[in-house]
Amino acid sequence: MSTNIAEYGAIDCDIHPAVPNMRALLPYLDEYWRDAIVSRGIANANQDLTSYPPNAPLSVRPDRKPDGGNAGTDIALLKTQALDAFGTRFAIGNVLHGALVYANEYMAAALCSAVNDWLAKEWLDEEPRLRASILVPAESPELAVEEIERLAHDKRFVQVLLLVMGGIPLGKRFYWPIYAAAERHGMPIGVHAGSMYRNAPTSIGWGSYQLEDYVAQAQAFEGQLLSFVSEGVFVKFPALKVVMIESGFTWLPAYFWRADKTWRGVRSEVPWLNRPPSDVVRDHVRFTIQPTDEPPDPQQLTRVIEQIGSDDVLLFSTDYPHWHYEGEDVIPAGIPTGLLRKILVDNALATYPRL
Amino acid sequence: MTTDTLEREEQGTGQAPKLGLVDCDVHPYMRSPGDLDPYLSERWRKHRKTYRENVRRAFASTWVYPRMENQGNRVDAMPADGTPAGSNLDLMREQLLDRYNVEVGILQPLGNAGYVRNPDYSKALCYAMNEWQVDTWVHAEPRLRASIVINPEYPEDAVAEIERCGTNAAFAQITLPPRAGAPTGNRSYWPIYEAAQHFNIPLGMHVGGINGFPSTSGGWPSFYIEEHHTNALTAQSVVTSLVLEGVFEEFPQLKVVMIEGGFAWVPSLSWRLDKHWKRMRDEVPHVKRPPSEYIKEHIWFSTQPMEEPPDRADLKTLIDWIGWDRLVFATDYPHWDFDDPNYAFKFKMTDEQKAKIYSGNAKKVLRLS
Repeated sequence: MSTNIAEYGAIDCDIHPAVPNMRALLPYLDEYWRDAIVSRGIANANQDLTSYPPNAPLSVRPDRKPDGGNAGTDIALLKTQALDAFGTRFAIGNVLHGALVYANEYMAAALCSAVNDWLAKEWLDEEPRLRASILVPAESPELAVEEIERLAHDKRFVQVLLLVMGGIPLGKRFYWPIYAAAERHGMPIGVHAGSMYRNAPTSIGWGSYQLEDYVAQAQAFEGQLLSFVSEGVFVKFPALKVVMIESGFTWLPAYFWRADKTWRGVRSEVPWLNRPPSDVVRDHVRFTIQPTDEPPDPQQLTRVIEQIGSDDVLLFSTDYPHWHYEGEDVIPAGIPTGLLRKILVDNALATYPRL
Repeated sequence: MTTDTLEREEQGTGQAPKLGLVDCDVHPYMRSPGDLDPYLSERWRKHRKTYRENVRRAFASTWVYPRMENQGNRVDAMPADGTPAGSNLDLMREQLLDRYNVEVGILQPLGNAGYVRNPDYSKALCYAMNEWQVDTWVHAEPRLRASIVINPEYPEDAVAEIERCGTNAAFAQITLPPRAGAPTGNRSYWPIYEAAQHFNIPLGMHVGGINGFPSTSGGWPSFYIEEHHTNALTAQSVVTSLVLEGVFEEFPQLKVVMIEGGFAWVPSLSWRLDKHWKRMRDEVPHVKRPPSEYIKEHIWFSTQPMEEPPDRADLKTLIDWIGWDRLVFATDYPHWDFDDPNYAFKFKMTDEQKAKIYSGNAKKVLRLS
């Protein structure tokens, strides 16, 4: 049964505009990189991410694929299907681009800047309901901070985007300059599903199928949650919020029950962590709702949400154009009606001060 | 280092069964590495002294994530003569087998035998560990059963060891590293599963051990508090791999016991698997049914370390969702996070539920009766 959400003026915390091809970025690169991208053949290389094969259901619902291009490349289609269809007030664009995974940190930085500038000019200027996450070269915090500072004046950039499977755990001090900059500018850190493939997608190695990698995203988020909390990121940056995007959330109660118990046993190892991990997560971490790993009985989902123990942690998302639900049936059965306004609007406003 | 003790309001429900418990996770330790000497040839005794064990981690005999106390063992489990915790049968009887009326205890020998990179040395160590378990523990104490230690990276040797031990009633299961050189469901390991199915011996997947892959897909964490928790992530990956690589379609009689990886994640992982399988099943046509069905038929979960919901009713609800026939009790003696059968379940179970979780389920999957 579909819940009509048009009246709320929802804030969609995860949609995916896509760069049509590398040539579209050439006007946004300086002379050195423009030359390098062309002469090295990068401009003509297919740079689809392994995490999101362009024709897989993960990446596109069939009715969302424009003629002659990848999903998310057609702004008119996105306006109709992602914004108008749900009565959306704001939607935050997360561009999943090869810029996030290049090994050369200077190239990664140049491409991140190009994607950010391309998005601002070709999408944000065109559609006032759109907002965006800043792409940064995560494995070079120094260059990442430069990029955040460069764009901070533009209030349409509301978040900094990282991939959930990166080089080293996200809580480590290596990344702290990024968090300092994000906190300074009132931007949450958005951690999105996907991998740089610097590490195996699981602690048991490389599975054989795309489906395994996708299921493993949830465990990746659990691992990063452990890292953010255990390393004391939120002690150091008390105003920082982290948004787990496309993470699922039904695993959260089990995570809480284990993390709190382990903390009671070995908390002397991390003396800065002076309260249970579940409290820290409820205060600082948010989760988008698509995809929801739905139980067979909607009452189970209702119970899971009660077990999470906070009305503040879930954020509305469509994950447009990915394929997780049919038609406009974006609200999973079992989400309590009384929570809808918080999920659709209030929680996002509290999480993203720049909105 | 000092730590204030947190207030503990829970009281035991005193519901350890009077009629015998099956403990699916008891750790026997050697007094010293020399305990294996009687089972190793001169060549390997010399090799051990010269080269030790070349595993895929920085320390051969300890961890880069040091435990918080007493190398991870209960302080009271240290024998008075200074030998390691878990190495003294009399103390194990007093603290575990007699005290909790354990009917059967399943030995989970830890150590490097199944992980050593040198294939010939690993084969010799697996043989020695298996002989040592039977001689030192099972022959001396009929309540104990051994686990067949193998190194999955060399399936031919592993199968030979299963064939050697598979008809010996001293062994209750095959112990296989969850974190091996490849994911558990990888086809390179299928000869092992074929042998396990042939001898009708379940696989016991006890967490721990390191294969060179980081314990999270985001890299190596810093702290033991993270590393300990990642066991639950690893367990989820093992279940995912077994199901999605098609192991249970290929070996429909195979049974698996997940040990020390928790179980509160079983419903959410099952929902996730089913949801995305529906969408992408054309990629994995060998997975013919919803993944949750394979889990419910082929996989059991040991209870320790028990997740602890703040609302105790949630633990009961959780088991309702997983199924009362899927859990087997474990203490993890002599480790620090030992679960006492009198305290572990903080809600009242019916007699039938108790009978299943404390012994019946384990007897069934491990063929103990």
